[in-house]
Amino acid sequence: MSGFSQYAYIASAILFCIGLKMLSRADTARRGNRLSAIAMLIAVVATMLSSGLSYPWIIAGILIGGALGLAAARLVKMTAMPEMVALFNGFGGIASLLVGWAEYHKGVSNLDAFGSLTIVAIYLAVLIGGITFTGSLIAYGKLSEKLPGKPYLYNGQQIVNAIIAVAIVGGGIIFCMNPTAGAAYFLFVLAVLIALVFGVLVVIPIGGADMPVVIALLNSYSGLAACAAGFALETPNTVLIVAGALVGASGLILTNIMCKAMNRSLANVLFSGFGSGSTATAGAAVTGEAKPISADDAFLILESARSVAFVPGYGMAVAQAQHAVVELGNLLEANGCEVRYAIHPVAGRMPGHMNVLLAEANVPYEQLVEMDAINPIISTIDVAVVIGANDVVNPAAREDESSPIYGMPIINVDEARTVFVLKRSMNPGFAGIDNPLFFKENTRMLFGDAKASVGALIAEFKELA
Amino acid sequence: MDPNLSPLLFFVFALAIFLGVELIAKVPSQLHTPLMSGSNAISGITIVGAILAVAVEGSAMARILGFLAVIFATINVFGGYAVTDRMLGMFKTKASGGPK
Repeated sequence: MSGFSQYAYIASAILFCIGLKMLSRADTARRGNRLSAIAMLIAVVATMLSSGLSYPWIIAGILIGGALGLAAARLVKMTAMPEMVALFNGFGGIASLLVGWAEYHKGVSNLDAFGSLTIVAIYLAVLIGGITFTGSLIAYGKLSEKLPGKPYLYNGQQIVNAIIAVAIVGGGIIFCMNPTAGAAYFLFVLAVLIALVFGVLVVIPIGGADMPVVIALLNSYSGLAACAAGFALETPNTVLIVAGALVGASGLILTNIMCKAMNRSLANVLFSGFGSGSTATAGAAVTGEAKPISADDAFLILESARSVAFVPGYGMAVAQAQHAVVELGNLLEANGCEVRYAIHPVAGRMPGHMNVLLAEANVPYEQLVEMDAINPIISTIDVAVVIGANDVVNPAAREDESSPIYGMPIINVDEARTVFVLKRSMNPGFAGIDNPLFFKENTRMLFGDAKASVGALIAEFKELA
Repeated sequence: MDPNLSPLLFFVFALAIFLGVELIAKVPSQLHTPLMSGSNAISGITIVGAILAVAVEGSAMARILGFLAVIFATINVFGGYAVTDRMLGMFKTKASGGPK
């Protein structure tokens, strides 16, 4: 590696930092992302200057990967964004696994003696990369509903996972003690397979509503895998270590934010199988009668409302209702009503999911309100319209100590003057928990497909005009 | 590897973790998705390791593994940055008006 490349790496690392900083502020985010892309370009070009590389293969690989990546990024629908991010993340993981494997193979075939740091780093890169890959694929399957979103649990699951974890650590120690022994390569391939299986096993017990946490965590893993790959290279690579560590740290922060928004520990999310059959029946039984409302009556109330807050959830994404919702919001505004969109941090299936959907439907920043900002003024809101959200507005989280979601901060829509809940039927939400909101005095249920219901309201407003 | 180098690398690693925490700590929830997909693109930095694995000399197997790694890492890099840019392009304030 030439001295020039090393300096280029420093420039690249600095640009990554500045880019990430800018990415965390609304007005500079887009430029920040582009700056980070430039940093990546610098790192790649600097690497290409190394001697002894087989350029035809590298360029072919970049062309193939670039075409696939760009096509996927262009074609993906905004509602499919969570699974797209999960898939890309998985590819980052498998790439780090392959880098680790290539390093090991090179070392073995050259009969090198591995440094202890190098071999541990190789093992970690392969391990974390493998878990990231299959874990992300399972997350992709759950998010795109190719796999059932419910937690998959079986008896002795935690014991099986614990045994595998011990095998991974134990096998790792044996492997790293003597990485060039006769059976070492076999052990290595076995470790690759176990890591891949483990990635599946740790994500299947996690339910759909917990996906924001899992996605954020897998994001962190992919960074750490890249970081380990940086240590694993024959000449350890600083830009890999720095960029990987930055991603690892930012993923951990997001994970922490998501856990806090659900008032649960990371361990609880990962191991409890939340929302599965065993916890679904927990919590006090909710009794009472839900009061349905027709679109006509709902329209009359909305028409005279001075302030309306929409509270979207995953159901809005499923019904693809965001454009209709925003059209209704605009009509309400034209009618002299103050319209806000109140967003819970874990609404949807990835961190910030609802913000992306509403941004796609051209809602300006100013109308998007965070949970902490809406709750103090919620009692002044005439109508809170809950669209496809359930657990994040469930008052049981506040009132019912026996509820599995007790303690989770929620948007207190039940304190608004009137609440409309748009819902297909009375079925409980994703977590399978009863929602006393539906039976409150000021709640009206507008049954039917969210998009159709909103469409009916829009039609009424248009008739008025 | 030069044994004197390892502590230095851990030093770099530890500082980078702290830096990452500081850089991201106050991100507003509106930006969670772009931040995640943008940092996901950065994790494609493993492409550097992939490129270095595709050497002229040495075993063909390592070259093939490196080649596959280049493909996957590039999907991650191009896809990640493009999707993030597309998303951020949709985020706008009232002042900046509607879609272009």
